[in-house]
Amino acid sequence: MSAPGASDSAHPETWPLWEVFVRSSRGLSHVHVGSLHAPDETMAVRNARDLYTRRSEGVSIWVVPSEAITASDPDAKGAFFESPAGKNYRHATYYTASEGVKHL
Amino acid sequence: MTTATEQEGRARFDELIDSDSRVEPRDWMPDDYRRSLIRQMSQHAHSEIIGMQPEANWITRAPSLKRKAILMAKVQDEAGHGLYLYSATQTLGITRDEMTEQLITGRARYSSIFNYPTLSWADMGAIGWLVDGAAICNQVPLCRASYAPYGRAMVRICKEESFHQRQGFEILLQLMRGTPAQQRMAQDAVDRWYWPSLMMFGPPDDDSPNSARSMEWKIKRFSNDELRQRFVGTLVPQAEALGVSLPDPELRWNEQNGSYDLGPIDWTEFQEVLAGRGPCNAQRLQRRRDAHEDGLWVREAAAAYAAKQAARVPEGTAA
Repeated sequence: MSAPGASDSAHPETWPLWEVFVRSSRGLSHVHVGSLHAPDETMAVRNARDLYTRRSEGVSIWVVPSEAITASDPDAKGAFFESPAGKNYRHATYYTASEGVKHL
Repeated sequence: MTTATEQEGRARFDELIDSDSRVEPRDWMPDDYRRSLIRQMSQHAHSEIIGMQPEANWITRAPSLKRKAILMAKVQDEAGHGLYLYSATQTLGITRDEMTEQLITGRARYSSIFNYPTLSWADMGAIGWLVDGAAICNQVPLCRASYAPYGRAMVRICKEESFHQRQGFEILLQLMRGTPAQQRMAQDAVDRWYWPSLMMFGPPDDDSPNSARSMEWKIKRFSNDELRQRFVGTLVPQAEALGVSLPDPELRWNEQNGSYDLGPIDWTEFQEVLAGRGPCNAQRLQRRRDAHEDGLWVREAAAAYAAKQAARVPEGTAA
């Protein structure tokens, strides 16, 4: 596992990379919108405002250093996400006996 | 030598492409797919960044405060588009600094259209209508490009780009409803930008070496000539609405093909501009280089400030 977007240590970037999350309106979650470079967190938030909310797309911004993100291994996809497979009894649609009965 | 992992990776990649699915940054991909994307996406990003210059040329001379505000918003959008695309390209393993270096040392290309001068205010209209119009025509199918971060960046860009084309159309319309001198200015701008905007779709299909492979990889969805035809088809009625003429005496509807026949495009001019011998190549690159070098102290100061602030907060304590 490694941080996505972390720069090659032989060619370090001048400024670190940040991932940006925007909450589009009150009551909704912050959603990942993209990334940017900035020297520190204050500048990252300001740059994110200019880059990702030029048309009032958000009411709140989070920035996270890209290096701080730990991701699951895409190659282990099968094994890692295997457990819910074949367990469709976890979905409401699995139960069909109640068809025609209201409010169920 | 082909390892088992590589074989598996290639099979998975082929499956993703065949099923019209998307390739994400950490998926296995062939080296030439990666290289080809880095080239195309970084050129695209550079084009957005260099593309700020021809229009910035008119910010101080915009005819009203409203037009100035609109033009500034548009130039700011171009910067934003460049940054979305640089971020997307970085997911392929190239750093931002490497891309900047390639641009300012003249090793990277950008769209040849930005090497033409903006001689009058009407050029702001013609650029919005024709250049951004051609860009949209090119970019809408790229929203479905097989490389997911590219597609995601294009979705965002296309949403913003439609304002650019409409505001350009409006500038020309206003001029065409004005004095005879204003009408001549609008027509002159259309005359100068029409052919270069058709060249934006790239060389004809039988002379476009990378196209076929890009289409197999589903990065490109339509050929250069198909997109060019589609673009001219949308322009003709728009030109009528504006009351301008398109500077191609051979342009006429071909009933049989269901598309327009175009006069010959001057591909020698295209090759010359691409090779660095266009009217403004040297100036555009010099300005970009100056901006980068003049900004060095700002980047250094910001990094020094960040380092100093970080040192002030002892590790392990909440700030």
